[in-house]
Formats: sequence, structure tokens, C-alpha cells
Amino acid sequence: MSSVWEYANPKKFIQTSDRVLPVIAAMAVLCLVTGLIWGFFFTPDDYKQGSTVKIIFIHVPSALMAINAWLMMVVASIIWIVRRHHVSALAARAAAPVGVVMTIIALATGAIWGQPMWGTWWAWDPRLTSFLILFLFYLGYIALWAAIENDDTAADLTSILCIVGSVFALMSRYAVNFWNQGLHQPATLTVKTDSNIADVFYYPLMVSIAGFMLFCIALIVLGTQTEIRARRMRALMARERMG
Amino acid sequence: MMPDLGRYAEAVLSSYAVSLVLLVLLAAISIRRARRVKRELDAYETRLRRDRG
Repeated sequence: MSSVWEYANPKKFIQTSDRVLPVIAAMAVLCLVTGLIWGFFFTPDDYKQGSTVKIIFIHVPSALMAINAWLMMVVASIIWIVRRHHVSALAARAAAPVGVVMTIIALATGAIWGQPMWGTWWAWDPRLTSFLILFLFYLGYIALWAAIENDDTAADLTSILCIVGSVFALMSRYAVNFWNQGLHQPATLTVKTDSNIADVFYYPLMVSIAGFMLFCIALIVLGTQTEIRARRMRALMARERMG
Repeated sequence: MMPDLGRYAEAVLSSYAVSLVLLVLLAAISIRRARRVKRELDAYETRLRRDRG
């Protein structure tokens, strides 16, 4: 019986991910192209928001991925702290640039959408503010990895930063629920199906979310492979220097 | 084929443009770095094996 911990072996991780990566990447492109074309070309205008509703097919998936990438980093960081598997620390490191781009997309599309709907590009609203803080945490996390030469020390310190930042990742998701104030609308997708958006927007949004999710997974797997190889290179060079 | 976006055309089109540019850039940079690191590691390991004879 194989265990998930087998993939903590860098060689095994690279072998397996080499096989699945092309499939994930192809599915990501297919879902992204389908979701965005469907959303942009084949959905009607909203009775209140007009054609700006089409921004939902980018804004919601990117915001979701920005938060999920951080939560994935938290899980990987906890695994690193508890079990000291290098692959998990490197997977967290690889997820950060993906997460930061998702956060930028969510913030940029939110601002562009907010201007015609709210009359302002930005408001110090609970969700927007916690999202901005999450973005700063992403930058801090990437900078901390880059600033520390010893990989294990960097993994330790960034793991702690990641766990602390999880407060803002969760706040970004739930701020609209427990702070009944601000400009941002309540969650677009909830477990209560009757309060979700209309089906005509819901289905292309689901395809787009699947596309963004697969796209992020593909890039995180690729990034993890790259980090594993870069770490091996650094280890070999250090060994050679020591004779 | 192009939907009529009315007075919000600028907002919708710029949202899609910014996002697609960022997604393509992210993918391109990730793939390029992955290829470079793999190539460098392969070359380094080959050189180490050759040096050890």
C-alpha cells in the first residue's frame, strides 16, 4: 500500500509529477479557455451591473485562488515544521509567486470593477483591506525566502510567517460574513444554493474556477520541481566547495 | 461576434487584458525558469560525473 509520504522523496515527486503535469496543464488550458470564452461571449448583461458582470469570471476565481494558494502554503508549512519534508517547504515556496499574481489580478479587477459600480477604485472595506494585507504577506514571504541563505532556516521562518498570515487569508474569505459593513457584496458562492448567482452566470463561473485552479496546480507542481532541482544544485555545489 | 459591452466596455476589456497578460507572463516565466534550472542541473551533474571519472 503506497503512502502519500512517498512523495516527500524528491526523486519520486519529480517522477510522478512529470507524468501528471501535462494532463493537468492541458485540462487547465481547456477549462480556462472554455470558461472565459463562455463567460465573455455567451452570458447576458446583469440587470443592475450591466456588462461589468463579465468581470466576475476572472475576479472571483483569482480571489479564490489567492486565498487557496496561501492555505495550501500553510498546510505545506505545517508539514515542514512537523515532519521536516523538504518537498513540502519547497512546494510552499513555489506556490507564493502563483498566489501573489492571483492576488494582483483580484485586486486589479476588483478596482476596475469597483470604479463604475461604487464610484471609487478603492475603499478601506474589511474584505479589500484584508486582501491588501494578504498581498503584503505574500511579498514578505517571497522576500524572506530570498533573504536567507540557509534553506532550512528560510523554510522555518517562512513557515511561521505563513501561519501568522493565514489569519488574513481567512479574513479575506470571511470578512464579508462577520463584518456587516463595507462596499463589497456578500460571497458570490455559498453552500446555500438559493442565494447563489443565476445559473446563466454560475456554470461558466464554475468552469472558469476549475480552469484557474488547475492552472495554479500546474504552476505550483512545475515550480516545486524547479525548486527541488535548484536546491539539489545548491547542495552539490556546496559539497564540491567543501571538497 | 463581439458582445455589446455598452458604456462599461473599457472596464470589462481592461480587466480581461490585464488578467490575461499576467497569466501568460506567469506561465512563461515559470516554464522558462524550469527549463533553465533543469538544463543547468543536468550540465552540472554531467560535469561532476566526468570529473569523478
